[in-house]
Amino acid sequence: MFYREAGQYKTSYAADQQIFPIRQDRIGIAVILVIALLLPLAASEFMLSAIAIPFLVLALATIGLNILTGYAGQLSLGTGAFMGVGAYSCYKLVTIFPEVNVIVHILLSGTFAAAAGVVFGLPSLRIKGLYLAVTTLAAQFFLEWCFIRIPWLYNYNSSGAIEVPGREVFGTLITGPAASGTARYYVVLAIVVVMTLLIKNLIRGRVGRQWMMIRDMDIAAELMGVRPLIAKLSAFAVSSYVCGVAGAMFVFFYLGASEPAVFSITLSFQVLFMAIIGGLGSLVGSFFGAAFIWILPILLRVGLPALGVDVAAETVFQVAQMVIGALIIFFLIVEPHGLARLWAIGKEKLRVWPFPYA
Amino acid sequence: MNAFVDPVGMAGHSGLTKGEVLLRVDNVSLSFGGVKAITNISFDILKGEVRAIIGPNGAGKTSMLNVINGFYHPQEGTITWRGQVRRKMRPYEAASHGIARTFQNVALFKGMTTLDNIMTGRGLKMNKNFFWQCLHWGPALNEEIEHRRKVEEIIDFLEIQAIRKTPVGRLPYGLQKRVELARALAMEPELLLLDEPMAGMNLEEKEDMSRFILDVNQQFGTTIALIEHDMGVVMDLSDRVVVLDYGRKIADGPPEEVQSNQDVIDAYLGVPH
Amino acid sequence: MDMLYNILIDPFVQMVDAPDFLIQVVWEGFVAGVLYALIALGFVLIYKASGVFNFAQGIMVVFAGLSLVGLHEKGVPAWLALILAIGIMAILAVCIEKFVMRPLVGQPDIILLMATIGMTYFLIGLGEVIFGGEPKQMITSELGLPTGSTAFEMGERGLVILQHIDIAAAVIALLMVGGLAVFFNRTRIGRALRAVADDHTAALSVGISLNQIWAIVWFAAGIVALATGIMWGARSDVSFALEIVALKALPVLILGGFTSIPGAIIGGLIIGIGEKIGEIYWGSLVGGGIESWLAYVIALIFLLFRPQGLFGEKIIERI
Repeated sequence: MFYREAGQYKTSYAADQQIFPIRQDRIGIAVILVIALLLPLAASEFMLSAIAIPFLVLALATIGLNILTGYAGQLSLGTGAFMGVGAYSCYKLVTIFPEVNVIVHILLSGTFAAAAGVVFGLPSLRIKGLYLAVTTLAAQFFLEWCFIRIPWLYNYNSSGAIEVPGREVFGTLITGPAASGTARYYVVLAIVVVMTLLIKNLIRGRVGRQWMMIRDMDIAAELMGVRPLIAKLSAFAVSSYVCGVAGAMFVFFYLGASEPAVFSITLSFQVLFMAIIGGLGSLVGSFFGAAFIWILPILLRVGLPALGVDVAAETVFQVAQMVIGALIIFFLIVEPHGLARLWAIGKEKLRVWPFPYA
Repeated sequence: MNAFVDPVGMAGHSGLTKGEVLLRVDNVSLSFGGVKAITNISFDILKGEVRAIIGPNGAGKTSMLNVINGFYHPQEGTITWRGQVRRKMRPYEAASHGIARTFQNVALFKGMTTLDNIMTGRGLKMNKNFFWQCLHWGPALNEEIEHRRKVEEIIDFLEIQAIRKTPVGRLPYGLQKRVELARALAMEPELLLLDEPMAGMNLEEKEDMSRFILDVNQQFGTTIALIEHDMGVVMDLSDRVVVLDYGRKIADGPPEEVQSNQDVIDAYLGVPH
Repeated sequence: MDMLYNILIDPFVQMVDAPDFLIQVVWEGFVAGVLYALIALGFVLIYKASGVFNFAQGIMVVFAGLSLVGLHEKGVPAWLALILAIGIMAILAVCIEKFVMRPLVGQPDIILLMATIGMTYFLIGLGEVIFGGEPKQMITSELGLPTGSTAFEMGERGLVILQHIDIAAAVIALLMVGGLAVFFNRTRIGRALRAVADDHTAALSVGISLNQIWAIVWFAAGIVALATGIMWGARSDVSFALEIVALKALPVLILGGFTSIPGAIIGGLIIGIGEKIGEIYWGSLVGGGIESWLAYVIALIFLLFRPQGLFGEKIIERI
């Protein structure tokens, strides 16, 4: 009833092509942004540090994977490793150039991940589908091996781990163990929102259309003038860049310290699940998926004891894993296009409500 | 309506005048492993004409189109495009030379809307770089809108305004064919290859499609090569017809001449050997 | 120069100097390869019959092994535990068919692949809830498998030690491949399986029951998984770490082709022997541990030259 586009006429193509052409959507996104901005006033340190920050970072990683798998149609099982490249290069940059603003480092570290992505994306020109999964698995295990076997990457620490030094921006400590959750949250929020916007722009323009052409029908795409080399490698580069930035943020703003095992194939799968459950080829779905997979285990951990079920923390983790596995199958059966499609269907229904059709 | 394309001075166009040879195929042979798909075929396509390629199933018609737009590389023979012998090249280069096509089994981008599908045809003419694209502002936005305008003209021309924002996967077959034609037109091609544009259509849809093909040819001066099984359509639309059978050329000429050619009649009706 | 020597010459000098060691390494690689091949075999079975790339084969191996050991720990005699474990795999097969495959029939390959990844997660969680997360010892001797070893002397050139369990693994793998080949090519169900793999709808139209066929094939894959679990468990132990190792079946399949049983075996052996030799003779040059990724790189290099795999036919693209 209140969600109608009736009466909202578009008089220019620019108006028709904006990201949220319906006024109610614009209001909705503004409300969400305001809530996100005001969140630290209401939320506890735990909610910011353990839920909000990792949720945003993983949503960004999911967007990165979605660019490659959802938009360009190239299956990747190496997301975790590309995130690792971002994290380790950010760590090296921060220790080599300590005086440069750490946010610059974080944004730069993505370029190293992008370079790694392009190298491992090269085989995609010859091989497709499941075969490509092997390439990305090679990337995953090879890079993971590098994180362990190249001590230079972690500055020869005896523990083999990287620890985030404290860095200030405009006089506020934003990284390291002493930084407040609020400061870290705002930095993460800003980076994620800006990058999401830039990627949305990319996707709705020529570059994004080329990726989708390759995904939907690569032969027809080439016959229409798309150069597969450029389209595929640009998808690998942008995707890995985004994943790299997410990886750097994962360590710098969430974990505080990390070891190679963080960026194992488990992380790759986790991000893949977020993309599937959220909906491949959807940016809003990336947020849904990340929220779902990240928050569900936490809810179980908090919720089960509250319901009077007394279980060990380990068991909760295992049960969460089962539930996620079952839910993935459930989603694939009921709605293979994920939460994003459910959301779209809901909006369609709302537009014609109370009538079943329009 | 006819304001939408200016045949002269369009990007990538040769400036050949009507009746000059646009493309010539000389002694082309193509085989897969041991199977010969095309044997020693020669013909030409003149600027501004509608050229039909016909023949029974498996005669090598689609393979011929695939050769023309660089998807297959013939083992023998040459292809001359705008007076120059073409080297072996990738399909995307053919596209940038001004060759567009539609496909026998509709090859739309199923995950995109009609509008986006047609916009993909403008890809080669858009050149704002990656960073402008990220911002989607200033030059990139202007470029996007300028091409959107062109696309809207094509949408008007083909009368598909109502399905502009519909994902193409949901469209009925006849409309999908029309969107595919729109996508090819968006490339403003000099040579348009149509692979069975009317397959699976009812009479009314065929009439619509025939009208669009003639309009494209006459209003924009686009040269068209088409494969079609409906002889009525072929005879009405085309200026000249080349007939293939078992990968060989058996006839070439105006429709009425081909129609009465004994080899062609034999190929279609079959003769006892 | 030194580096070139270390990479190009030195490993071969070492091989010639100590042939007994080389043979030992090849044998180790061979056995590892047999186990990869067994996992790959499970993949191939399912891929052949349903076109599904079964990511869960690795966890099925772990699950089968854990059931066996877990039951024995509860006091069930070994032979009964084995029968019960087979029963569990049968139940699992029926459940997978009923709750995953049947509702997803006709979906794109990628959706089915992801469903098996979901299944993997479910089974990992389930396995940990039931059996706990700690590695378990395989009940090798209780099952009547040989545990000793034989040393072969090679004159003055040293000696090679062969574990009996490894020989048993190779023999069992061989028998299994033979059995499956007969099953696929000589039986009515085998023919139905191949028909289903080619075209679901067409198979349905000639009266083949998809549900039954799928349950059978998942059960067969479960049996293969159980055998793999026992053999692998006997060499190291039964733990969830095996799940990562099982991913190596992917490069094996790339080499051998997704539908070829002999391909799975040959691919497995190439990967197994290749990565062992690589690790022993070249790994030390870069600090070791290259076994974790060498298999993928071997497959990758191979793919770049033959995108269709070892036994695949050249792909002609059509439009």
